Amino acid sequence: MFGMEFYVDPSRCIGCQSCLKACEECDTHRGVSMINFDFVDRRESIATAAYVCWHCDNPTCAQVCPADAIKKYEDGIVGSSLKPRCIGCSNCVLACPFGIPKLVPEYEQMMKCDMCYDRTSVGKRPMCATVCPSQALAYVTPETIAATRREKPVNTFWFGNQKITTKVYMMAPADAGEIAIDVADYTWEGENELVPQAF
Amino acid sequence: MAKAPLSLDELSTRYGPHLNYKPPGGWQVQSGNQSEKLVKTHCCFCGQQCGIQLKVRDNQVIGFEPWEEFPFNRGMLCPKGVKRYLQGNHPDRLLDPLMRTAEGFRPASWDEALDFTARRLRELQEKHGPDSVAVYGGASLTTEKAYLVGKFARVALGTRHIDYNGRLCMVSAGTAYKGALGVDRAPNPWNDIAAAEVLMVIGANIGECAPITTDYIWRARDKGARLIVADPRFTPIARNADLFLPVRPGTDLALLMAMLHVIVRDGLTDPDFIAAHTTGFEKTVESVEPWNPRRAAEVTGVAPDAIERAAHWIGESRRAMLMHARGLEHHSKGVENCEAVVAIALATGNIGREGAGPIMITGQGNGQGGREHGQKCDQLPGQRSLTDPAARQHVAGVWGISPDDLPGPGYTAVEIMNAIHSGEIKGLLCLCFNPLVSLPDANFTREALERLEFFGVIDFFLSETAAHADVVLAGSLQEEEEGVTANVEARVIHIQKAVDPPGNARTDSAIVCDLARRLGRGQYFPFREPREIFEELRRASQGGIADYYGITYEKIDQQMGVFWPCPTLEHPGTPRLFEDGRFFHPDGKAHFMSLAWRESGDPVDAEFPIYLTTGRVVSQYLSGTQTRRIGALVDQYPEPKLEIHPRLAEQYGIRAGDWVTVTSRRSAITLESMVVRTIRPDTVLIPYHWPGDRSANRLTHRTLDPRSKIPEYKVSACKIEKAPHPRPAGPRPPSGGA
Repeated sequence: MFGMEFYVDPSRCIGCQSCLKACEECDTHRGVSMINFDFVDRRESIATAAYVCWHCDNPTCAQVCPADAIKKYEDGIVGSSLKPRCIGCSNCVLACPFGIPKLVPEYEQMMKCDMCYDRTSVGKRPMCATVCPSQALAYVTPETIAATRREKPVNTFWFGNQKITTKVYMMAPADAGEIAIDVADYTWEGENELVPQAF
Repeated sequence: MAKAPLSLDELSTRYGPHLNYKPPGGWQVQSGNQSEKLVKTHCCFCGQQCGIQLKVRDNQVIGFEPWEEFPFNRGMLCPKGVKRYLQGNHPDRLLDPLMRTAEGFRPASWDEALDFTARRLRELQEKHGPDSVAVYGGASLTTEKAYLVGKFARVALGTRHIDYNGRLCMVSAGTAYKGALGVDRAPNPWNDIAAAEVLMVIGANIGECAPITTDYIWRARDKGARLIVADPRFTPIARNADLFLPVRPGTDLALLMAMLHVIVRDGLTDPDFIAAHTTGFEKTVESVEPWNPRRAAEVTGVAPDAIERAAHWIGESRRAMLMHARGLEHHSKGVENCEAVVAIALATGNIGREGAGPIMITGQGNGQGGREHGQKCDQLPGQRSLTDPAARQHVAGVWGISPDDLPGPGYTAVEIMNAIHSGEIKGLLCLCFNPLVSLPDANFTREALERLEFFGVIDFFLSETAAHADVVLAGSLQEEEEGVTANVEARVIHIQKAVDPPGNARTDSAIVCDLARRLGRGQYFPFREPREIFEELRRASQGGIADYYGITYEKIDQQMGVFWPCPTLEHPGTPRLFEDGRFFHPDGKAHFMSLAWRESGDPVDAEFPIYLTTGRVVSQYLSGTQTRRIGALVDQYPEPKLEIHPRLAEQYGIRAGDWVTVTSRRSAITLESMVVRTIRPDTVLIPYHWPGDRSANRLTHRTLDPRSKIPEYKVSACKIEKAPHPRPAGPRPPSGGA
């Protein structure tokens, strides 16, 4: 849908799992939910997080696929595996730094969020972001996000010297720049690129 | 005798709950073909009444599409709304009337079932008097059906005993608002929430029980609003609370009185507003005077400075809203609790403006509309009093009867069950109500049902209660009959008929009208379709508090809902009440009340030292009659668990996943523990959606609030002990039967 972007804000999530249920209803993968959902630590907290595929600019899943079954489309969407090509090897499942792809045994195929391609390509919003009662998953314009949220959209992530930029944004505290939680991303080892820090 | 026939296993094998996971035809059937249509209507579940488009093909609901244009929820839905469509093609649907036999139930013709029902009701009334039969209605019914049920009880049966399951929901809030403000309605439209500067949420698990409202609260926070959450548990919305008040169950009133104490002491009141628009403030001031924060802290377990801060945030703001739901209302002092909330709003002048007001979060689908038009034991259409001679005259005139033939007020829902137990009431007709799961002290409820001489039920599934019936009349789902409901904001909205009832099932209103004819009162029930009922309802409500005269189905569609009161066809409706400073009492003033502390009806002691509170989970709705049959919702939270703090668990040697027997002064149940730091260490919680040996309501008590007659579900005393796993490991059988 033109001009819209996808924003994930776990701090808004109320754990209702409406996204999971609605994802199953989408026409391209009926009965299979592509949402990743976690109780962070239910014993300690009510915190929950729901997220979709981040749709990397340079997708690791596609890089490691031996069957060339994962395609990134012109609009930046990284598709589910192509059924005729996918060999169900799980390379992508293991390689994705975000832990998004899932092997669906019933179909012997990797499946993941394709940003509701059947919906977004005809001007509808993705099912999950449409129903989300807390708008932890939101599909709106960058102008709307800037005007309505205190948090700031971030789409650069670090995973131990692997810098990844994505189509989907994470809402982060207003003073956050890039998201890095691995000490390796702060460790100088010569000429490696490091996460920028304010000194 | 209304004992359940068959064994529980046999009943559940035939009538469920079975789990339905797939739309008609299975997931492989692609949607989007020519014969498909989208019906713009609303969710059948809670009081949010979210707009939704049902996808219909071949007279079956096969899925849904979000309805993004509907302004209340703008396409948003909770998991119940997403999966609600799986009821229509459900294998448990009742497709024929059922008659009791020695072996169980057998399908019957409508003539046989209705003739039998009418004959038995009449026999009992002729032998024992008109009030020997009672009618139970429900707040998931459309307003047309609710109106019809009230009229049926009073005109067709001539009994004074008609009440509904809203009695278990929020009548304490209704009583408080009516007493203080003169009207039983949330005073503000929901958009006001997003415009507030301070939001206090007390006794409302919004993230799970009114999920869409979360978005309104988060939007207020996005603009800098401060959020206060008062609850014994860290509920999902508490994750973003600026101030969390971990109030001990049953002590909300002490917390609220202490806040009022601070507001008065520190000069945070709005004296001009109080002088111009209210009466009786001195009574409230006097009653909160002894409740300093220190004393309240001893009672509530909330720190004195947290109470001070909450009072100051609200008192210093001109845009403060106080939101409450069952956690505040399900108490034997539920009315006082809600009066105290209203008093804080009135004392600080936070009412009648954008972003300012006390609001009750109505729980049931048509909790608002279902309580306005004569389904309550003391009420006539239009939120009129049954004891008001002018009201009786007006409604009797619309109905074409003499006011002298209109029965007086009868018993409330729990009192009706008490009278069944004592033998005073011998016959019951019940629809949209599953008292065996939802009334407190479930063992008592079962004993009562077994004593009925005649029990008729109108339902679409064989609920645990319906299993006790002599005759079950196969009724309709919400999407099978047109009508209106009023959502949480008192926005009257249009429920569209999407499909016909399946098999030989009939619409609820057709069943009720047909029964009235067989009782010889057909001339008062000539309705061929819901629109005709609505036309009569408009006139019956005209001039009342809940005035629907200016509302038509077409106007609802044009305006995306009409807020009552709407007295004329030209009137746009009333989204916000009291904007002119006039309240609905004859003197135009809001009335402060005297507030008095008292203990709950089932206090903790040495033998039962732990507070038990009951609540809900996001994937289940009310007694679970509908949602325990939907696979995806059951998978999300399959069985009730005991929420317990690690500190308390450790005292009893309980580890996560251990089984625990919880014993109250009534009964005991055994269930799996869920050890979490998100609940007070002196309190345990059990969600109540399940029947039988997992029923939280086997433990709850029958104490009622003296004015509203709401039960005290939110606080009982209990003891706990670790228990052996009750059955071999492995999946449990489907949760069926009574």
